[in-house]
Amino acid sequence: MAGRSTLPNIHRVDIILTVISSGYQECVRTDMVAQIEFIKSIPYFSGLSQSGLDSVGKYIFEKKAGRGEIVLFEGEPAETLCFVVAGVVKVFKISPDGKEQILQIIRPGESFNDVPVFSGGVNLASAGAMGAVVLNMIKKSDLEVVIREHPQVALNVIQILSQRVQHLVSLVEDLSFRHVTGRVARMLLEYAGDGTGERPRLTQQEMAAMIGTAREMVGRSIKTLEEEGAIRIDRHRIIVTNPDALRRIAGVTS
Amino acid sequence: MMEMPLIDRDKCQGCGLCVSVCICGGLVLTDNIVTAVEVEECHWCTLCELVCPTGAISCPFEIIIEKNQDSA
Repeated sequence: MAGRSTLPNIHRVDIILTVISSGYQECVRTDMVAQIEFIKSIPYFSGLSQSGLDSVGKYIFEKKAGRGEIVLFEGEPAETLCFVVAGVVKVFKISPDGKEQILQIIRPGESFNDVPVFSGGVNLASAGAMGAVVLNMIKKSDLEVVIREHPQVALNVIQILSQRVQHLVSLVEDLSFRHVTGRVARMLLEYAGDGTGERPRLTQQEMAAMIGTAREMVGRSIKTLEEEGAIRIDRHRIIVTNPDALRRIAGVTS
Repeated sequence: MMEMPLIDRDKCQGCGLCVSVCICGGLVLTDNIVTAVEVEECHWCTLCELVCPTGAISCPFEIIIEKNQDSA
C-alpha cells in the first residue's frame, strides 16, 4: 500500500514512544512555566528572584476539586498552605446545630489556611470549592525552608496576616453593629463586579452564611434593597443600580 | 444557553420535592434523579433550592454593578 511505513515494528514503537515522551516533557515544561508565572503573581512570593521562584516551584503541588468538594477539614492538623489558581473557595465553620458561617471567600491568587500553618495547630476552619477549582499547595515544612532561604517571604507573610486580621475585625464589626439589610448591602458592595473577570456566584444560603444570618433574612433584605432602588434583580443577576444608596444603607462612607 | 439551577446529581435523592414546587416546569425527574431543562419561564425564584432536603440544588446569583449609571 502506498505510503505505508517500511520500518520494522520495534522501530515504530521506539519512534512513537519518543514522540509521546517529548510531548509529555513539553506539557510538563509548559505546566512548570505556568506554575512559576502563577507563583510570581501572588503576594506571598512577590519580590523573589527567578532562582527563588524556581526553588519555591519545586515544593508546590497541584490539587483540583469540583463544586461542593471539601478541600480542608476543620480540626485536622494544619499541614498545607493553599493558593487558589482558578475558581473560588469558601472558608467556613459549622456550628454544633449545623449552621454554616462563611469566614472568607478566596479568589484566584489568594491563599488560605495561613494562620494554623504558622501557629502550628489544627485547621481552624474547613474550606470547600464553590465551583471547579485548581489549587496550588505547599507543605508547612517546605514553606519553612523557603522562609529561611528567602527572608523576603517572611515580610510578605507579615503583610498577608495583617490583612487577615483586618478582615476579621471588619467581620466582627459587621456581626456586632450592622442590621441585616446593612450587612447584605455591604456584602453586595464587596462582591459586586463589573461583569468581567472571575467573581464568586453566591446562593442566598451562602450569603446568609457569610453575614451570620438566616437565608430567609437575606431574601427579605434583597427585596427591601430592591424597593429602596439600590439594586435590581434580573433573574440570576443582582444588579447594583445605585451604589451610593447601597453605601448609605450599609453605613459605609466611601 | 440559558442559565438554570445547578444540580449535584450525587446529592439528589430523587424525592421530587423541587419538581413539586417548581412553577415553570424547569425540573424533571429522570431515573430518580432531578434534571434541569431550559425553560424561558424560569424566573430564578430559588424555591427548588429552598425545599431540597439534601442541598442538591443551588441557584447562585451573580452580583454586578450596572454599567452606564445615570446617577442623576
